[in-house]
Amino acid sequence: MKADIRVALVGNPNTGKSTLFNILTGLNQKIGNFPGVTVDKKTGICQLPDGRTAEIIDLPGTYSIYPKSKDESIVFSVLADKSKEMIPDLIVVILDASNLKRNLLLYTQIADLKIPVVVALNMIDVSEKAGITIDVGLFAEKLGVPVVPISARKIKGIDQLKKTIAYANKVALQQNTIDVEVIAPEIIAQIKEELKIDNPYFALQLAHQHETLNFLSTTESDRIEHLEKEFSFHSQKAQATETIARYNFINDLLYDTVKKPETAHDETVSNKIDKILTHKIFGFVIFFAILMFIFQAIFSWSAYPMSLIEDLFIWLQNIISKVLPAGPLVSLLVDGVLAGLSGVMVFIPQIAILFALISILEDTGYMSRVTFMMDKVMRKVGLNGKSVVPLIGGFACAVPSIMSTRNIENWKDRMITIMVTPLVACSARLPVYTLLIALVVPNRNVWWIFNLQGLALTAMYLLSIVSAITVAFVMKFVLKARERGYFIMELPVYRMPRWKNVVFTMYDRSKAFVLQAGKVIIAVSIILWVLKSYAPGDTFKHIEQKYSQAQYTKTMTPDSLTKVIASEKLETSYAGIFGHVIEPVIKPLGFDWKIGIALISSFAAREVFVGTMATIYSVEGDADKLESVQQKMHSATNPDTGKPVFTLAVAFSLMMFYAFAMQCASTVAVVYRETKDWRWPAVQFAYMTVLAYTASFIVYHWLK
Amino acid sequence: MTLSQLEIGQVGIVKEFTDLEMSVKLMEMGCLPGEEIRISRIAPLGDPIAIHVSGYQLSLRKFEASTIILQ
Repeated sequence: MKADIRVALVGNPNTGKSTLFNILTGLNQKIGNFPGVTVDKKTGICQLPDGRTAEIIDLPGTYSIYPKSKDESIVFSVLADKSKEMIPDLIVVILDASNLKRNLLLYTQIADLKIPVVVALNMIDVSEKAGITIDVGLFAEKLGVPVVPISARKIKGIDQLKKTIAYANKVALQQNTIDVEVIAPEIIAQIKEELKIDNPYFALQLAHQHETLNFLSTTESDRIEHLEKEFSFHSQKAQATETIARYNFINDLLYDTVKKPETAHDETVSNKIDKILTHKIFGFVIFFAILMFIFQAIFSWSAYPMSLIEDLFIWLQNIISKVLPAGPLVSLLVDGVLAGLSGVMVFIPQIAILFALISILEDTGYMSRVTFMMDKVMRKVGLNGKSVVPLIGGFACAVPSIMSTRNIENWKDRMITIMVTPLVACSARLPVYTLLIALVVPNRNVWWIFNLQGLALTAMYLLSIVSAITVAFVMKFVLKARERGYFIMELPVYRMPRWKNVVFTMYDRSKAFVLQAGKVIIAVSIILWVLKSYAPGDTFKHIEQKYSQAQYTKTMTPDSLTKVIASEKLETSYAGIFGHVIEPVIKPLGFDWKIGIALISSFAAREVFVGTMATIYSVEGDADKLESVQQKMHSATNPDTGKPVFTLAVAFSLMMFYAFAMQCASTVAVVYRETKDWRWPAVQFAYMTVLAYTASFIVYHWLK
Repeated sequence: MTLSQLEIGQVGIVKEFTDLEMSVKLMEMGCLPGEEIRISRIAPLGDPIAIHVSGYQLSLRKFEASTIILQ
């Protein structure tokens, strides 16, 4: 649908920009209190009161039009790129009414681009409560633009804002804020003339940002570079002059229009909370307690819904195999599709819980305190306080976490974060760990409250963090720095989480998991089913003929006969041949060819493991009794020794492999996308595979 | 005297900066000459620090704070 007008939302991080976007468009998305959560360009359609529609573009939150990160560079290029028809008809600048001074810097920059502007004065309720009085009428008059007080959280003033958007002028009416031309008169004049630009601030921005703007042609960019030298234009000096001038304007403006008490109420509350949450001792105790709580919650809260889902699928499989006549299609449905689907669905409770908790931590502002507390430690190992969020996010999924490294300004810190994030135990490893731990670790409590299985899982999670930090530390010495790192970050005021948003995040993440991972898992399940159900030539026929001979039919019960036939068929099938080919390589790790099949198919995505296990082991056990994967694996025995396949050593060796190996096609793809160089994902894949093999080898021989 | 030498609760007024690149970033975030800065807290491990400036809380590393010269 083509909208009548295009509106861009611009504002500082933590001003409620994403919340406003959701209200205007009705299209929900992930929002957090942590600076820089809104990464990708998000658009939605808003119905205006005059019957027209507006396309709303949510631009990344930024403190200034001068970009400090990849994310922030989007803002100016969207507002400036006239060629791509991206340029908005109207900009809505969102200002935090309780923190106007710093917020107004961005406004003055945007205003000087002379695109029509409307100001949304958000959190007006918070600022009123804090005793701040704003003369909105005078404020609007001085700026020369419509100013609408709103509260995005409480959904107040939104209708008025929509009306203002609908009836906004098509020409820019805002007052000039500062005298731009004074900053660098010669170069501004020259760029205006040569590139046929009439706006001086736009010309100045081209002088500053021409190297990163792709809508400029090479000749244009080279010409600007030449002009910079000719007029000895110093970008940083010019920016400093400009910023001081802008704040002078802002101070004058606020002096006339805003009255505020000494300290804001909101902040004193936040200060009290901070005294505890960032306390020398309690701060860390609380942080680790929260992490422990997350793992325990994932385990214990999800147990009941998980077994419910499992039972539902077993029931479904039973019904289908009873109602429909036996044949290859039914077998494909029951052993291929349904077995794989059950493996996906069963993890919804865990993923939902994890993402709900992470989104609460982000929303309340706690995540940025974690960054604050951890920066010193993280710097020692070559990371950055800001790496904490991708690393913690890595517990959920490496893909969005690697995307979120875009707000780490320092190149080296960012690369190291990207390289080690996939080592963090993501939610896709959780199914593998839960399954294997439940198989070999007794479900018993030690020291009253600690469940042994829960402890084993916590150990796997700790291992993932330790390994990520160790690898980061090594890379700190391997990689060369490109620029200086710095850490200038807002600590937003604590707020209550938006529960609607938490629920939406749970739903959204689970849906994404089912759709994205589900597709891969079902595809792999079907391929596996084909591979294990067919063999080259008429091998299967020979096996059936062999066992129809009297010497077998008379000495064996029909039950054990079917079992023997089935397992011999699996061994000679395509899957079996494949597994046997790689068996010599994985034998030192304690894996047989069946596990080999699961390992190979897991390189698409780790979650595939469970589905694959279900498919491979469904040939064993009683033909007419459907069991859960765990039961199947538990009863799996080594045909040569008669002993169980999944011993403590094998299970932990397997967990080590999953802990370290880069078994995720999506992560490889996203690392390439973020680094724009195939060498990064290649190096990552290589080092992780080596680590995985070594760790598995050591653990297997140690526990054997 | 630089900002990094202040203790928790102490207040200083920004005079100038020793580092141009850093100053541009700090000024954007509201740390301008003439602006009052109060040290709100120090991270548990001694670095970074949190300051109160321009009506909100900003965190920065000790080294970054040492580029801010106070009056």
